[in-house]
Amino acid sequence: MSTSEEEVPGALVRPYAVTRGRTRPRYQFAIEALVSTTDFGSHSHQRGTPEIQTIIELCQEIRSVAEIAAHLRVPLGVARVLVGDMADDGLVRVHQPGHEDGQPDLTLLERVLSGLRRL
Amino acid sequence: MDFAGSSTAERPLANAATTTSVKIVVAGGFGVGKTTFVGSVSEIAPLTTEAVMTSASEPLDDLSQTPGKTTTTVAMDFGRVSLDSDLLLYLFGTPGQYRFWFMWDDLVRGAIGAVVLADTRRLSDCFPSIDYFEERRLPFIVAVNRFDGMLTHAVEDVRDALTVGANVPVITCDARERLSTKQTLISLVEHAMAMRRAGTAY
Repeated sequence: MSTSEEEVPGALVRPYAVTRGRTRPRYQFAIEALVSTTDFGSHSHQRGTPEIQTIIELCQEIRSVAEIAAHLRVPLGVARVLVGDMADDGLVRVHQPGHEDGQPDLTLLERVLSGLRRL
Repeated sequence: MDFAGSSTAERPLANAATTTSVKIVVAGGFGVGKTTFVGSVSEIAPLTTEAVMTSASEPLDDLSQTPGKTTTTVAMDFGRVSLDSDLLLYLFGTPGQYRFWFMWDDLVRGAIGAVVLADTRRLSDCFPSIDYFEERRLPFIVAVNRFDGMLTHAVEDVRDALTVGANVPVITCDARERLSTKQTLISLVEHAMAMRRAGTAY
């Protein structure tokens, strides 16, 4: 739905700057941005740190950045750095939420309303 | 932090590439029932995530009385509702401490809107939330949480006390009840749509 550049893995700014042990992502994914493991990620033999392995496992099923942070018990900022780095490496895809800079459009709101009524 | 229930309650997601997420913010004072509200409708046990703030990363925050680099952790609870095979709704409770504005910005950006949970015994706890959402022009409704089924003030009295505009819905809810929470969310989305159609924000 969104056509923002963050949707395209290749267009991601490398969101990574480690300063004296403190991580500060330069680019901030939305906390509700969805993350899914790519085929490459699933089959990657270089799975890196335990955190990266956990994210690869978790995101076999699509998850938000917030869920990843909660699972890993790391702050949101750390999850963003990890996810951004993994996206750069092609291990995960990041799906931007259903809005541009502003709020969701009417079509999406209609879908949300229908979904809530079905609950 | 318990995520044990996560894998059983989920609907299968057909196509990850087309799945979209939306979010709604749940605000209100400490102890007003935000986590209860989220939990009553969430398909996962409410999760907690944390943001770490240091004085270096948030120079405007009022930690200046503390010498040196200070680290503060802000926690927020959230839940998830699958609205369709490719549409996920996240409900985020605001951190209780109102001075953590930076966290609110993160929460509010791109949100459908906000539910301000109110306790009639402590209505003033709502003021910071309402001020913030009005300033941000984020659609919001006020939901008076009926503790023990009691409502000590009439809804219109609450509206007057909070001085919210006539166009802002003020409703009652029972945060423990799934159906009530669902109806509250519907009210918010309808309000957000009305505001969108009218071409205005909140």
